[in-house]
Amino acid sequence: MTEQIPVLECRNLCISYFTRAGEIPAVVDFNMRLMPGEAQGIVGESGCGKSTVALAIMNYMGKNGKVVSGEILFEGRDMQKMSEEELRQLRGSRIAMVYQEPMASLNPAMLVGDQLAEVPIYHEGVSKEEAWNRARDMLAKVKLPEPERILNSYPHQISGGQQQRVVIAMALLSGPKLLLLDEPTTALDVTVEASIVDLIREIADESGTSMIYISHNLGLILETCDRITVMYSGEAVELGDVDAVFDMMRHPYTRGLFGSIPLPGADKNARPLVSIPGQLPLPHERPRGCNFGPRCDFFKAGVCDAAAIRMRQVRGSGPGHWSRCERIDDIDWDKPIAEGVSREITAPGDVVLKVDNMTKHYEIEESALFFSGEKKTVKANENIDFDAREAETVAIVGESGCGKSTFAKVLMGLETATSGNVQLGNFELGHLPVQKRSADTISKLQMVFQNPFDTLNPSHTVGSQIARVIRKFGVESDPVKVQERVLDLLDTVKLPRDFAKRRPRQLSGGQKQRVGIARAFAGNPSVVIADEPVSALDVSVQAAVTELLMDIQAEHGTTMLFISHDLSVVRYLADRIVVMYLGQIMEQGTTDEIFSPPYHPYTEALLSAVPIADTHVKKRRIVLEGELPSATNPPEGCPFSTRCRYMIPGTCDVTPPPLKQMSAGHRILCHLTDDELNAMEPVIVIEGAPSEKKEVRRKRKSVAQGAGSKAKTQPAAKRAAKPKAASPVKTTAKDKPSRSK
Amino acid sequence: MADITIEPAAPSILAQLTRTRIIALLMALVWLPLSAYVISGVTPGGSADYMLLPSIPAVILLYLIAFRAWRESWVAVLGLSLVCFWLLVAVSVPFLPLFDPNKPIAPFQIPFATKGENFYLLGTDYKGRDILSRTLWGCQRVIVWGVTATLVAYMVGMLFGLLAGYLSGWWDEIISFLGNVLLSFPVMVLFIVILNYLGPSGFNIIVAVTFASAPAIMRIVRGLALDIKTRDYVFAAQTRGESPLWIMFVELLPNVRGPIIVDACLRLGYTTVAITTLTFLGLGLQPPDPDWGLMIRESAKTAMLFKFSYMLIVPALSVSSLILGFNLMADGLREMSLRD
Repeated sequence: MTEQIPVLECRNLCISYFTRAGEIPAVVDFNMRLMPGEAQGIVGESGCGKSTVALAIMNYMGKNGKVVSGEILFEGRDMQKMSEEELRQLRGSRIAMVYQEPMASLNPAMLVGDQLAEVPIYHEGVSKEEAWNRARDMLAKVKLPEPERILNSYPHQISGGQQQRVVIAMALLSGPKLLLLDEPTTALDVTVEASIVDLIREIADESGTSMIYISHNLGLILETCDRITVMYSGEAVELGDVDAVFDMMRHPYTRGLFGSIPLPGADKNARPLVSIPGQLPLPHERPRGCNFGPRCDFFKAGVCDAAAIRMRQVRGSGPGHWSRCERIDDIDWDKPIAEGVSREITAPGDVVLKVDNMTKHYEIEESALFFSGEKKTVKANENIDFDAREAETVAIVGESGCGKSTFAKVLMGLETATSGNVQLGNFELGHLPVQKRSADTISKLQMVFQNPFDTLNPSHTVGSQIARVIRKFGVESDPVKVQERVLDLLDTVKLPRDFAKRRPRQLSGGQKQRVGIARAFAGNPSVVIADEPVSALDVSVQAAVTELLMDIQAEHGTTMLFISHDLSVVRYLADRIVVMYLGQIMEQGTTDEIFSPPYHPYTEALLSAVPIADTHVKKRRIVLEGELPSATNPPEGCPFSTRCRYMIPGTCDVTPPPLKQMSAGHRILCHLTDDELNAMEPVIVIEGAPSEKKEVRRKRKSVAQGAGSKAKTQPAAKRAAKPKAASPVKTTAKDKPSRSK
Repeated sequence: MADITIEPAAPSILAQLTRTRIIALLMALVWLPLSAYVISGVTPGGSADYMLLPSIPAVILLYLIAFRAWRESWVAVLGLSLVCFWLLVAVSVPFLPLFDPNKPIAPFQIPFATKGENFYLLGTDYKGRDILSRTLWGCQRVIVWGVTATLVAYMVGMLFGLLAGYLSGWWDEIISFLGNVLLSFPVMVLFIVILNYLGPSGFNIIVAVTFASAPAIMRIVRGLALDIKTRDYVFAAQTRGESPLWIMFVELLPNVRGPIIVDACLRLGYTTVAITTLTFLGLGLQPPDPDWGLMIRESAKTAMLFKFSYMLIVPALSVSSLILGFNLMADGLREMSLRD
């Protein structure tokens, strides 16, 4: 085997930002070797320096960022020594980058076609016609339907998933050697994410492009990459082959990270998540020695805080598995991670919230000059029908636009139901706007919001915001008692008492979310709606906040409606799950019923789309085609019929599906017969034997003609192709009969 | 610390804003006596002068606080220094050893002239009144009317902006329409129409400035409110059944202050120009009390001679420096707000 030159090599790379506060080291001692055709993942929480690495590779760090020492070699040449002109030639042609926000990467004032054509015109000087032809081919390659139409549209006229495909197409147009992907799917829905991930993998297979995939999601890294670098506070703490790192974690931070994500098998009562205590140190306040030291269970004074820690090779693992842990040989790695405190199971009580055939339609007027235009109805919620019992957690799962936020608004009284009933206890509130509800009713139904940066008013102190809720709901009115209650609540959410005097900007995201929880529980609610309360937080913080929410809920016997798109979190904490699509409930049942067959076809796809960071989990891949239909013009018949792989033409797209009662609480809205539904295979299988696991991933490896270990993954490639062919009735978006009467 | 515990009497949000409270107190300490002094029109030299005495340390303290907070931006500090200089002059002028600004002594004395035992640093005007004294006294009226008018315009503009932005619907339609109608008038025409109709006086200047400035302020606040009302904390307030007024004034208002403060500094400059111009046109404050616009107007004829141009240059430079101060402050504040 000949010695290959790595596409990219970082040697002892140190990057600092220079601010008024002085030099802030963003990345310290970073090493990476990226071979041709290889995909490397960089994973870490926000502020760990992963994006800085990507920007440094693009040599695009702005005025105050600088590579302080070390080298970045691109195909053996030091990028630091290249001239501006050479770098410009390199960027966009040999190195391409895909950013997180597709809309921000595209120029809203230019046609997609013009933007794409710019790449070959600039880098290769081809004619405009030729450039457009190439753009068209590339759009077809990234599997965009109707490339011609997309070329002639503006970015805002296509959906987010399509935009990201365009951005990827743009990055690939010049046939780059190296593709940098910085959280390319974070802004997208799960099913769209799954299809983009699939695309990225296929592209890498075909073109042999090397990739650096930056993400905070371990599951995505597992699905896309060969090697992984775990970063913490500016340093790579562990790196190695994905398998090696996932199965043989040799750094306490990596272990902590895995301990705090809900993998299948975690259980909220028996095996709760274990969060990493403490917080990420600020870049200029990093401790001496190991950065993770203050949060580490294995911290030993005198060893871990003596001097900067070097990377060490992990013994007994594959080559190239390194860890930055001083005590790597002292720690008993096989001992399971410290268990979280298990909770007692609280049995669900009486029905607290009953939603009966609730429907919410919006009338919108097409705005036309002078004439009031055609009226359109948005069916935001259609026949929502479920109930929630005391102390129970009901999860509402669905992608953006499925109507879950509208549903929350109706519950909270910001909108009123068009028809049907919503009952809290015996009290009907579906048609009662919040202004007409009594303080008592309002306090019974509270909400935890999604965005920690928006949930608190930046102008008021934390204490005064909680106090306002207490007074408003008449829990206490005496100022001294109100103040006491505020401090009690802060204790409940495990925040220091002096936070009452702080402003929200002095708090971290997780702390803000805790205040949000304290505020929701201030009025002793009986139902709490949690709208994606942890999705905007870092992984290690997510676990802590989730656990806190569960603890308080268990303690107060509160009913929780947990709105989420993340099925792994939902699987972990929900008792029952309601799956929504385009305003309708497609399936509902207990968590076990939802996660095992029979499935609704949409649930099946959703389950398959969620990346799982566990090498023992085998997943059936089902990739949804097409885009989410608009709620103003939903498909006739079954709303999911346009993307469903079981679609029965003439039935599904014409008649609304019947509601099937599979068991006592398990209901599926589908045309498929019971037999067909029962015949479905499970999507997620947890395997005991680690030998087979390699097949699940590594599909792309067969094509990449890299080093030795890659040869054995041949059968996986066949497997990758299989699920698609196996679908009984194959219909793509193009085949659907047109509904324009 | 005793002052940060929540007092039973006022367990409001304000109870905890110690720094903000101190600044507000100092501003009131400067503002109330000064406007009372100017608006009531007391004759200088009486015991009324002593009510300005506490304002002098207040101005100095405010300057020091602001200097400390804004020291990163030399532009803001320069603007602040100019503004505070005139503010200090305004509150301390009764205690300075100056001639009576309205008393004719010796006409047409050029700067640095000595006549008899009197020394005229900046000379005297055509009636023989000391220009240094008139300039220093004149800043009182410009500052008081200018800032008061701007303040009133802001209160009206913010109220309507919040109503239009938060309540939307018909409120927005009607308020925005009225605002657009007012904005379509050239500012000077609007001023002249209003003051001709109401008659020239300090209070009517406030009315005129409000009509001219409030629509623009309304638009800014409306835009900010439209953005902020989609935030979760507003949603949270709505879901706990807060009244729209409470949401507007407690949840929205404190969060629009950033851009508003910058705009206010700029607008103070515009208002000062407008007031001086109106006085120059004879529509604003009336003689004989000293005022910069008035001084420029009175000296406009005589100052045609180069020898006597100082009569015009001194008040003109004064008004320019005050406006420059406001504008630099706005610039510096914006620069600082963009930085972090």
